[in-house]
Formats: sequence, structure tokens, C-alpha cells
Amino acid sequence: MIELQQLCRSFQIGDQCVHALDHIDLHIERGEYLSVMGPSGSGKSTLLNMLGLLDTPSGGEYRLNQTATSQLNEEARATLRREHIGFVFQSYHLIPRLTARENIELPLILAGIAPKQRKPIIDRVITRLALTDRAAHVPSQLSGGQRQRVAIGRAIVMKPELLLADEPTGNLDSVSGREVIELLEELNDEGITLLVVTHDQAIGVRAKRELKMIDGRIASDSARPAITPQLAP
Amino acid sequence: MRIADLLAFNLKLIERQRLRSAMLLAAIAISVMAINLLTGIGEGGKQFVLGEFNLLGKNVLIMLPGKKETTGGIPPLTGETTRDLTLRDAQAIARLANVSAVAPLIAGKMEISHHKLSREAFTIGSNRAFFAIRQLEVAQGKALPLLPFEQGQAVCVIGSKLRKELFGPKPALGQWLRAGDSRFRVIGILKDKGEGLGFDMNEAIIVPVANAQALFNQAGLFRVFIELRSLDGLQQSQQRILALLKERHEGEEDVTIITQDSLLSAFENILNTLTLAVAGIAGISMLVAGILIMNVSLIAVSQRTREIGLLKALGCPARTVALIFLSEASIMALSGALLGILISELLLATARGLYPTIPFTTPFWAQLGSALIATVTALLFAAIPARKAANMAPVDALLDKKAGQA
Ligand SMILES: Nc1ncnc2c1ncn2[C@@H]1O[C@H](COP(=O)(O)OP(=O)(O)OP(=O)(O)O)[C@@H](O)[C@H]1O
Ligand SMILES: [Mg+2]
Repeated sequence: MIELQQLCRSFQIGDQCVHALDHIDLHIERGEYLSVMGPSGSGKSTLLNMLGLLDTPSGGEYRLNQTATSQLNEEARATLRREHIGFVFQSYHLIPRLTARENIELPLILAGIAPKQRKPIIDRVITRLALTDRAAHVPSQLSGGQRQRVAIGRAIVMKPELLLADEPTGNLDSVSGREVIELLEELNDEGITLLVVTHDQAIGVRAKRELKMIDGRIASDSARPAITPQLAP
Repeated sequence: MRIADLLAFNLKLIERQRLRSAMLLAAIAISVMAINLLTGIGEGGKQFVLGEFNLLGKNVLIMLPGKKETTGGIPPLTGETTRDLTLRDAQAIARLANVSAVAPLIAGKMEISHHKLSREAFTIGSNRAFFAIRQLEVAQGKALPLLPFEQGQAVCVIGSKLRKELFGPKPALGQWLRAGDSRFRVIGILKDKGEGLGFDMNEAIIVPVANAQALFNQAGLFRVFIELRSLDGLQQSQQRILALLKERHEGEEDVTIITQDSLLSAFENILNTLTLAVAGIAGISMLVAGILIMNVSLIAVSQRTREIGLLKALGCPARTVALIFLSEASIMALSGALLGILISELLLATARGLYPTIPFTTPFWAQLGSALIATVTALLFAAIPARKAANMAPVDALLDKKAGQA
């Protein structure tokens, strides 16, 4: 489903060039559950943004469902995001003036789906996330765990194949963090491809496949333990 | 994105940022209001002038006491001179060859009463010819009798509104009215001409000119209407009348003759200047409103950068992001324009209440035009920030990074 070939992303800071992603090769199958760990600044978020088509590579190629994405324009990338990718962010990124229900509805609205067809879809998602009695509340009236559940609802309402979560439990206490992770794992069980960036070892080891990043490279990949011995710490 | 959803999305936004929305709304409303008020006043003035003199045919001259310098500008409508224009002058004019009729005029406000009812009415002293020249028709009874200019008679013709106010449902013909120290028998009632322009004849009372001289204790005429037999030789007739008056006034040319044409062209200059001023002020206020809109949009873009990033992450195409910002601007512009038109209409209605003789009304094209200009300006000025928002890289917008990178 996902194929990265020699993917690079560098940032020019002053006269210094930072290689946030340094010739990454990565293959991900449909339905996999990966965690990405590594020290701060190792390029985890950059990788996730790259996979989510939020950022464009400085070199290499990224194929999503056999589509080479480096030549696509922003319009086509937006369409791919809308139809195939859901995001969950550490800071939720909910729109404060909209209720939980309206936040979840937003992707459907942007996709131009008629209100009649939207209603059953949202109802199902809200029930699924146990947010029924919170649906009319705005984010400031919700707890962190509830906010993140709303964000997950928004991420899955378009039924994406790929769910990308950048430290989804980073702002949560351990109980609601566990709930959120279990929810994401349930979605993975239902077939969605899940990639979670995390600093939390306990969460990282739950994934079926663990990636460890250091300095813009994949230092270890539990699916291929032998590949990168020279970079082991 | 569907239009209804776009609207709902923007309305929530506008509602949530009330202060910003109110400011923007006010700016647009004020600029639209400026256009509408100014054109309303301009049109009112123009209609007033036209109404005042348009009732006259092209072959009617108006003579006023007092001399204007013939370099253009407005003729002295009030007339200021030491020497009166007299009834004898009017008589002399009436004897000229090309003159078919002459109507002397004295006018003023006067308390008119019938039994206990009384009200102040516009009182005109004139003669039979006045009816034809001002195209007044009598609905009941008859017009003023044909009398020599200097002979009075205690009769009057009244406007339909005045009749209603003084007599109610009772018949008025043959009844007596009191005006000042004199009494007049009602011999005619004017046909209702609707809300008239200039002086409202519906509220007027017309008495013979000699009686009016006594009423107002004033010999000098306010105006003399002169009807010519034909338009040919209008110039010469004008010259002959002036010469005659000069001769009668000891060689001094102390009257002014106005033709409809000269009057209209004199006013056209003023009206053109006014139109230019309107355009200038309107342009400036539109520019100010536009810059305000642009600033507000720019602020909105930077305040909502993360939201734009989110929209993009959710797969919202750049064109939809731009559309969200542009449509928000046009909703504001349209409601601001509507508000501006509403307020200016209210103000003009108040002005009409205060000065009923001047028909302050904004022509439809000005309302439409101002709304259109406001919307176009708003869109134009919102387009730049909207483009900026639309073209932001999703990751930068999402993380709200200000700096660009390689
Ligand atoms: N927009 C940017 N401009 C400049 N440098 C950037 C930008 N984004 C990331 N970087 C740099 O790229 C490198 C990788 O950053 P990234 O955010 O991917 O790290 P991370 O692994 O997610 O770290 P953390 O665990 O702290 O979130 C860092 O050195 C960072 O400074
Ligand atoms: Mg990160």
C-alpha cells in the first residue's frame, strides 16, 4: 500500500542543512499496525506528514496505492488525503466554534456530501465512539480524552484506509490515553492501516511492527531486524 | 462543498467573531450609506428644481425682481431689489404683442380658518391665467374670475387637502374662510394632483392678487409668469420685455427673466459638480472600507492558519479554502450594503418628514450600484488574503510556521 524509495526531506536553517528524513526506504502493507519511536528531532513527525501528503519530499519517491505522488499537484494530493488518509494530532486540532458533531461532520461537508447522507454516517461514528451525549458540546466543554475521540471520529468519518496519529496520547493522562489507543487498535482490527508516532514505550510495544528513528533514518524495524545493524545504538 | 454548508460554516464564523464582524459591517454600511445619502440629496435637489419649473411650458418666462449678473450661476430665486415689480408692470407686459397671458404672483404662509378649524396654508395671490400656466385644474366649482389686475374680490380656490382639513366631509363650495383680517368665499376646489413637487398645491389657497397684496400688506410681486404666443422669437420677446421694464423703472434693468432652459442648464452645472463630489466621496469611503476588509481578512488568515491547515489536511482543495474566505467577505459586504441602504433610506425618510417639499429619494441605480461596488470592493480586497490562505503548504499552516524553508 505504501512504498517509500530513498525518500528525503531537508530543511535549510540559516546556512545549515538539516536532513529530517535521510534516504528512507519503507514498505507498508494494507492493515498493518506500526509504531514509530525515537528521540526528539529524529524525524518522526516529518515522516508522518510525508506519509499523509501534508509535506512534499526533497527527493525520492512515495507511492500510495501504486500512485507516484511526487509529481502530483496540490489539488490531486488534497483529493488523495480526503479519500484515503485520516489524521489524529497530539493537540486535537478541533475547530473551537463547532460542536463535537459538527467537527466530525466537517470532512463530509468539505467533500460535498448531502446532509441526508451525512446524518446516518455521523450518527454511526458518534455511537461508535460513545460520544452521543457529548455531540452538542463544543471542544472547550470536553475532556482531553473526549476531544481526542472527536478528532478520531473526524479522522475516520470518510472511511480512510490509512490512519496517521502523531502522539495521540501526548496530552492525555494514562487512563484516557489507554482508551484512545484501544480505540485506534479496534479500528486497526477492522482493517484500517494504523501508524502511531509515540514517545511512550508502553504504547510503542503494543504495535505489531515497531520502527525506531534516529537522525532521519529508520534505525530499526521489527519486521526486518537484520537490515540496519550499522546504525544500532 | 455545498453552498448551503458554506453559508452555514461562514455564518457560524461571523457570529462567533462578533466584534470583528460588527466593525466590518459598519465600515461597509457607512460607505454604502454615503453613496445613497449623497445621491438621495442630489436627486432630491434636482427633482425639486425640476418640479418647481417643469410644470411650466417652454413658452413660459418667469420674471423676478432683482438683477443677476449674467455670468451663469443660480438666478436669485428670492429676488432682492429696492424697486418693486408692480401690477402695473405686469399689465404693461400683458399688452406686448407676443404675450398671450400674464400671471402675477404673491405668495406666503397665512393662517386660514373656518369656524374653529384653522391651519397655516400656502397662500397665493394671482389671477385666472395662473391656472392655465401652472396647469391647475378645478375639480369642483370654478377658477378665479377674470378681473382687472388691481381689482380684488373676496373669493378663493383651495387645494383638496386644505379642503379636507378645514371642512371634513361637509361641502366647502360657497362657504366662507377667514384669512388674516379678510374673508373669502370658496368658489373652487383644485383637482388632487397627488403629492406635488415644489409647492404643494393640494395645501394651497389661491386668491385674487389684489386681495393678496392687502393680506400680506405688500405691493411688490414675488414673480410674474409670462406666457408667449409662440416659441419663435423667444429671444426678441425677452429683450422687449426687459426693455419695457427698464423704461418703466427709470432706465434701470432691475428684473431677471428666466426661461426653463436657462434655469435647467444653470442647475445642471451645479448638479454635475454635485455628482462629481458624490463620486469622489463614495470612492474614498469605498477605498477605506476595502482596506479595512483586506486587513480584517489578513488578520483572519493569520488567526485561522491552523484551521486552514486542518481544512487542507482533511483534503479541502485550495479553491475551496479561497471560496470560504471570499464568501465570508461577500456575505459581510452584502449585509453591510443592505444595512447601509436601510439606514440611508431611514435618514432620507426623516429628511422628507422635515422638508416635505424636497423629494429626497435615492434612485434605484444608486442603491444597486452602491451594493455592487461594495461587494466587488470587498471581494477584490479579500482576494489577496484568500489566495495567501489557499496557497499555504498544509504542513506549514497546520503547525502555523511562519518561516519558509528549502
Ligand atoms: N518546518 C521546519 N523547518 C525547519 N526545520 C524543521 C521543520 N520541521 C522539522 N524540522 C527539523 O527536522 C527535524 C525532524 O523534526 P521532526 O518534527 O520530524 O522530529 P520529531 O521526531 O517529530 O521530534 P519530536 O519527537 O520532538 O516531535 C528536526 O531537526 C527539526 O528541527
Ligand atoms: Mg514530532
